[in-house]
Amino acid sequence: MISPVLHNVLRFFFLIVLQVLILNNINLGGFINPYLYVLFILMLPMETPGWLVLLSAFFLGLGIDVFMQTLGIHVAASVFMAYCRQYVLRLLSPREGYDFGLQPSIRDMGFVWYLSFAGILILLHHCLLFFVEVFRFSEFFSTMGRVMLSAFFTLLLVVLSQFLAYKKSQ
Amino acid sequence: MRNLVNLFWKYQFTLLFLLLEFVAFALIVQYNKVHKARFLNMSSAVAGSVYQATNNITDYFTLKRINRELARENAKLRTMSKDVFIKYRGELVSIDDTLYKQQYKYLGAKVVNSTTNRRNNILILDRGRNQGVEPESGIICANGIVGVIKDVSANYCSAISVLHKNTRISASIKKNNYYGILKWDGKDPQYATLADIPKHVPLALGDQLITRGSSAIFPAGIGIGTIAMFEAIPGSNFYYVKVKLSTDFRNLSYVYVIKNLLKEEQLELEATFEDD
Repeated sequence: MISPVLHNVLRFFFLIVLQVLILNNINLGGFINPYLYVLFILMLPMETPGWLVLLSAFFLGLGIDVFMQTLGIHVAASVFMAYCRQYVLRLLSPREGYDFGLQPSIRDMGFVWYLSFAGILILLHHCLLFFVEVFRFSEFFSTMGRVMLSAFFTLLLVVLSQFLAYKKSQ
Repeated sequence: MRNLVNLFWKYQFTLLFLLLEFVAFALIVQYNKVHKARFLNMSSAVAGSVYQATNNITDYFTLKRINRELARENAKLRTMSKDVFIKYRGELVSIDDTLYKQQYKYLGAKVVNSTTNRRNNILILDRGRNQGVEPESGIICANGIVGVIKDVSANYCSAISVLHKNTRISASIKKNNYYGILKWDGKDPQYATLADIPKHVPLALGDQLITRGSSAIFPAGIGIGTIAMFEAIPGSNFYYVKVKLSTDFRNLSYVYVIKNLLKEEQLELEATFEDD
């Protein structure tokens, strides 16, 4: 089988391309944008060292930003999400800690676990993204509304992709 | 030293996160106009109010000198007012029916912070958008020209002074109207250079330079300085002219921001030059 490193690298590029070419054009209701590329950070193996998660999030965000001409906004959100990922993992860890080789997926960790893991991280990511984009706190509630709706759709897409990605190895 | 390294090592994850996040914000503020403008607005508001607070204290040390200068300027302005002139030849009365349209408005401002020892020197004034200051307005003081406004926030503005590498002010020699471009070479805050004066122009040390008024920024006739030295540049048709600036940038306090009410009209007309 292909090594996990190569697997992740391919996923990196695939998700960036998918996001900028297809998903950026999905604009429900005029203000809801799903950002599926965060799936990359969610699907990184659990044993990945923290600095590697941060660095790969940095470059992931940079890749998206380059295409969207909003240099720095997605970088800030992705790096923040990567930082919180470590703490969320520790928060949600089962009593004996994670077994080696376990993947953060519905198949390995269960639906509820995955929903909370992905849900929290996606919410944090979108929060930072939308608030930095607006760069002010004056329209807090409308921005928060956009955050919730976009996060919901991203979560939906992420859960769907889980079923797609792991169906083959079932 | 080892303790510091240990500290970095212990918190490496958080520190790396902070570093990357800082880089991300630097990118955001640098490359996105909206964020850049809002960030500059906020930071200049903060810096401006801090300078204002310290100035409230340091002002007391210069009160005596400022008072003297203001009194001197008052005297100069009084002598220029019309009531001081008497009718010399009473029998010939020429009725001057020109309608005077006000072209320039002066707004007094105080210099809150300024630098003179760098290559590019700037000033911060305590007037901003709420008081009617617009970017690209000229600034003068009682002695001569000071600079051009660059950025404006709600109550403060920043300006590039004459002592800046981007300064290009059109200056003309008072006695014969030949004009050139005033620039600053970064060496002495009291001297600037005048370029584009051809060799056939009669120059003398001490000749006065005034603004030409060709840009919409400064009105014509504002004093700039006097010629301190000139020599022909070998191999070209021009003089190298060194100008002693009449403004002393090291103790600027009260200045006037010039609002040109006919600026847009002049700029629109000038834009037709570039089209052909």
